Amino acid sequence: MAEKPVAIELKNISKTFGSVVANHRVSLMVHEGEILSVLGENGSGKTTLMNMIAGIYYPDEGQIFVREKEVSIRSPKDAFDLKIGMIHQHFKLVDVLSAAENIVLGLKEKGRYDLEKVTEEVRRISAKYNFDIDPKKKVYEMSVSEKQTIEIIKVLYRGAEILILDEPTAVLTPQETRKLFAILRKMRDDGKAIVIITHKLNEVLELSDRVAVLRKGEYVGTIDTAEATESILAEMMVGKKVTLNIGRSEPNSPQDRLTVCDIHCMNREGIEVLSDISFTARAGEILGIAGIAGSGQRELLEAIAGLQYVDHGQILYHDPKTGKDEDLCRKKPMQIRELGVRLSFVPEDRLGMGLVGNMDIIDNMMLRSYRKGHSFFLKRKDPRTLAQQIIEQLQVVTPSATTPVRRLSGGNVQKVLVGREIASSPTVIMAAYPARGLDVNSSYTIYNLLNQQKERGVAVIFVGEDLDVLVELCDRIMVLNGGRITGILDARKTTKEEIGLLMTKTEERAVNE
Amino acid sequence: MNKEMKQHHEQHLRISKRDHMVFWKSWLIHVTAILLALLVCAFIIVLITGYNPLEVYSSMWEGTFGSARKVWLTMQETAMLLCISLAVTPAYKMRFWNIGAEGQTLIGCLATAACMIYFGNRMPVYLLIPVMFLASMAASAIWAMIPAVCRAKWGTNETLFTLMMNYVATQLVSYFITFWENPVGSNSVGIINSISKGGWLPELFGQKYLLNIIIVAILTVLMFVYLRYSKQGYELTVVGESENTARYIGLNIKKVIIRTLVISGALCGVAGFMLVAGTDHTISTDTVGGMGFTAIMISWLAKFNPIVMVLASFLLTFLSRGAGEIATALRLNQSVSDILTGIILFFIIGCEFFIQYKVSFRFHKKEVKG
Amino acid sequence: MIDIIATFIKQAIIQGIPLLYGSTGEIITEKSGNLNLGIPGIMYIGGISSVIGAYFYESSGVDLNPVLCVVIPFFSALFGSMLMALIYSFLTITLRANQNVTGLALTTFGVGIGNFFGGSLSSLFGEGGSISLIRTGECFKATFPFVENLGLFGKTFLSFGFLAYLSIVIALVASWILNHTRVGLNLRAVGENPATADAAGINVTRYKYLATCIGGGIAGLGGLYFIMDYIGGAWTNGGFGDRGWLAIALVIFALWKPKHSILGSILFGGLFIVYLYIPGLSRSSQEIFKMLPYLVTILVLVLISIRRRREDQPPASLGLSYFREER
Repeated sequence: MAEKPVAIELKNISKTFGSVVANHRVSLMVHEGEILSVLGENGSGKTTLMNMIAGIYYPDEGQIFVREKEVSIRSPKDAFDLKIGMIHQHFKLVDVLSAAENIVLGLKEKGRYDLEKVTEEVRRISAKYNFDIDPKKKVYEMSVSEKQTIEIIKVLYRGAEILILDEPTAVLTPQETRKLFAILRKMRDDGKAIVIITHKLNEVLELSDRVAVLRKGEYVGTIDTAEATESILAEMMVGKKVTLNIGRSEPNSPQDRLTVCDIHCMNREGIEVLSDISFTARAGEILGIAGIAGSGQRELLEAIAGLQYVDHGQILYHDPKTGKDEDLCRKKPMQIRELGVRLSFVPEDRLGMGLVGNMDIIDNMMLRSYRKGHSFFLKRKDPRTLAQQIIEQLQVVTPSATTPVRRLSGGNVQKVLVGREIASSPTVIMAAYPARGLDVNSSYTIYNLLNQQKERGVAVIFVGEDLDVLVELCDRIMVLNGGRITGILDARKTTKEEIGLLMTKTEERAVNE
Repeated sequence: MNKEMKQHHEQHLRISKRDHMVFWKSWLIHVTAILLALLVCAFIIVLITGYNPLEVYSSMWEGTFGSARKVWLTMQETAMLLCISLAVTPAYKMRFWNIGAEGQTLIGCLATAACMIYFGNRMPVYLLIPVMFLASMAASAIWAMIPAVCRAKWGTNETLFTLMMNYVATQLVSYFITFWENPVGSNSVGIINSISKGGWLPELFGQKYLLNIIIVAILTVLMFVYLRYSKQGYELTVVGESENTARYIGLNIKKVIIRTLVISGALCGVAGFMLVAGTDHTISTDTVGGMGFTAIMISWLAKFNPIVMVLASFLLTFLSRGAGEIATALRLNQSVSDILTGIILFFIIGCEFFIQYKVSFRFHKKEVKG
Repeated sequence: MIDIIATFIKQAIIQGIPLLYGSTGEIITEKSGNLNLGIPGIMYIGGISSVIGAYFYESSGVDLNPVLCVVIPFFSALFGSMLMALIYSFLTITLRANQNVTGLALTTFGVGIGNFFGGSLSSLFGEGGSISLIRTGECFKATFPFVENLGLFGKTFLSFGFLAYLSIVIALVASWILNHTRVGLNLRAVGENPATADAAGINVTRYKYLATCIGGGIAGLGGLYFIMDYIGGAWTNGGFGDRGWLAIALVIFALWKPKHSILGSILFGGLFIVYLYIPGLSRSSQEIFKMLPYLVTILVLVLISIRRRREDQPPASLGLSYFREER
């Protein structure tokens, strides 16, 4: 087979954001008429790398060659001029405009503006690649997959020869995914260079010609799909085991604290985001939840906290004092508290949900407790003491307890939040990505806090993304994949590869649908 | 969005959100803005009239503090403006853009006037005044509650709704004036109960406005305490800062919105009550005279801090009274005060940018490809 | 009877025209995401600028040329009101100030300027007394010479000064631009979702500035029409009344579509004066009639929020300033 011409070549690309290294000396090559998968875990720098080709970011170091000529891509417009188009994970569409209008938005074409002509052209492109789209339909009436189609047509309309798709299947059903793959193959046969960013192994094997793997911002290697298997790819993706030395004690006579039975939840669009979820969280144990971002972790925690409507199922809380069972399902947060359930929740969105950025530490301390007592007025005495305590014990770096939390660094914000949630002496703690964006020392502080709680007999539910941490911190690990549980493992016996496979592989059932 | 695109478009000027500014610096910026504004005003005065602006400013001072009566008038007007500013503040703190204070206050005026006209000579004073007080609070609270309920229930745009409610209120007042006009055909209500003084707020120590001023002073403290130290004040702040957090802590957001607007409206009612029973003893569509709009600007400029609002209301009253004085002295039109107010507001509004954002200049350097 | 109806329609149109200018201007502004509550002030400025322009021309002592009599006040009004809109744009777009507060301050300022100069122009620069610019007014009122021969139809629909027709032309052109041109498409995108528009390569700042200033200019013509044509060249303080706010109400009533506001303006204008035409109506019920436009607008506002039809909603980013966050 003759070597196909090179569409894009990256040489030693590096990019840092502040102190975070997103990409370190990455080199890659894409040929015309091929599909390249860029594979990696969350945070491995896939999207950042591709954004540099699309003109969203500019590399700190390294060279980009397009069709063997060195180029400097400084804006999306530059990328378009080089016939490069990227379909982002978050669609950039105007809801009240029609498909055709969105496609021509911002274009400076010569000649009279004629929506009919645009519609014709869109139909032509659609026919060529088998897109099923009504150019006159408004975006707000469209399904996610239709919106994605528009983004693809938008890029083609601008004459793109090199297409980059950021996790295109994350939002699609299996049928839609298959249709998209057919279209992408057709484009490849048409001579276009296609890059898809993904972390789904089966899709990589099914679709692409070659796979490039990134891990923690670094380039691991590229292999031909023909030579790849799921386990080879998983190993490349997660890497060798790293020892972190997070202490882990043996669970001390664990008892069941929270039993979730067969719950189902829908999101606002009516798509099922959680199905058949059943598990038990035990007191004195850390239950880890692993999964690719958006596999239902947030919905699960919010369902337990009373913030997400549960279609059916049961969430049983076993009260250690009374020994009675309470069903928390469809109860409001207030009602849950009135039942005497001491449930702490460290949400993923710290400053948008768990804390109020413009309030000081003291006022944030009482967010969940200010209602106590019948007084019309707030009592700031206890929160003040608590704030001082947390600042001292967790070594929060802050000018004072009256500093708005918005002005603290990420790690300190998290200490304030976790500190508050622990201070209410809970029986259940749920923490979503509590160490995300934190430096090493702050991360360990958080892990230690969770361990202490476990030893105190609290049922800890820990949603994490770093598999090394999950394996070393947790007692059991539950893996979520597309809103379903694909396995509950003993953390002491499992391996990262096993978890990685459960996170990424699509069940037979879904493919055969 | 990102550094590179920025560099591409704006090579020399870089604007970024400021994290924090020390107290004295932000005050310095405000004071500078006001001084600059006064300078521009002076320039305009010279341009129009040819008078020495210092003379003009000194006659403004004269107009505000020239005599005991003028001082009382200034204090009274400051108090009324402050009262309405206090009223709109809880709603604003909750990020509910209520620009209907004008109408809400006017409805309070209407309720007070109605009580004075219908019960003024029939009820004993100790009953009449409380009835007037409660009626005006209730009327205004309902007036403010209507848009609040629609916003809470259906997400109706509250800015536009409350704006429209102002003019419905104005027309409602015109409607009642046709029934109450005195003398007939004058299209005005005249002084209500001018002989019996039924429903007039009593003079304290011989000062007509003292009671109003005391009420507003108390309200200022109460509002400060309410926002800072009450659970309700805390709740509305959380709703304003982040609805997601409010949800997280299990707040009933709709309830908070409606409750806050009821309080906001009721306070407008108090202002209306004082305007009619304590100040004008009559009602017209101009009784509130745009104070409802000025109050919005005051509340916003004071960053919702009732104590700072005292200063802001005073500044604006000083401007309007002072400008009124120049207008008389120089035989100009009273509207000059609106112009000066407008200019000063522009400067204060504009200077906020330099507190919120950091502007840095830099020289364009070509990025070297490596 | 038919005569009365014809006069009524004619009067309704006359009352509606300033509202139409105001609402077309405000629609264009709001389509860019700017809620300009300074429109009432801008309309005052439009009126007073034309008065100032005409005053200096009429009192300059030269022989009055009817074309200049129209052109000078026209461009004075345009200039004055666009300058006001520029102040608003600078504060809200460049300095990202709160739109409501800026708009209200602009209205205070504009009404102040209007009433100040309206009241003291002649005492400042001339012999005193109130201003009357009858000559200019006549030029603005000039209509087709053949109207008299066209009977009732002519009298009802063809007897207006040119500004009346211009207002309808502007509304139609605005409607066409918004719906059938690239510029209109981009403008709508800016008001709906500035971040997306920005990503698509549209210069959001430029669109916001232009839409606000052009919208302000158009609204200012409403003030010009009121002073020069309706009143006939005189200024009375506060004479313009609440028409500016009524224009903003009309924007909602027309569901942000300039085409709808043509008929809407006539309807609002009609409600303004209908009490004069219904026999036996007491003065008190007149006031209720005057309340109707606002009540109807509120009703529309509540209904569209209940129905949630996306095409009828205000531009999604209305009232918010846009700041491209850096990473």
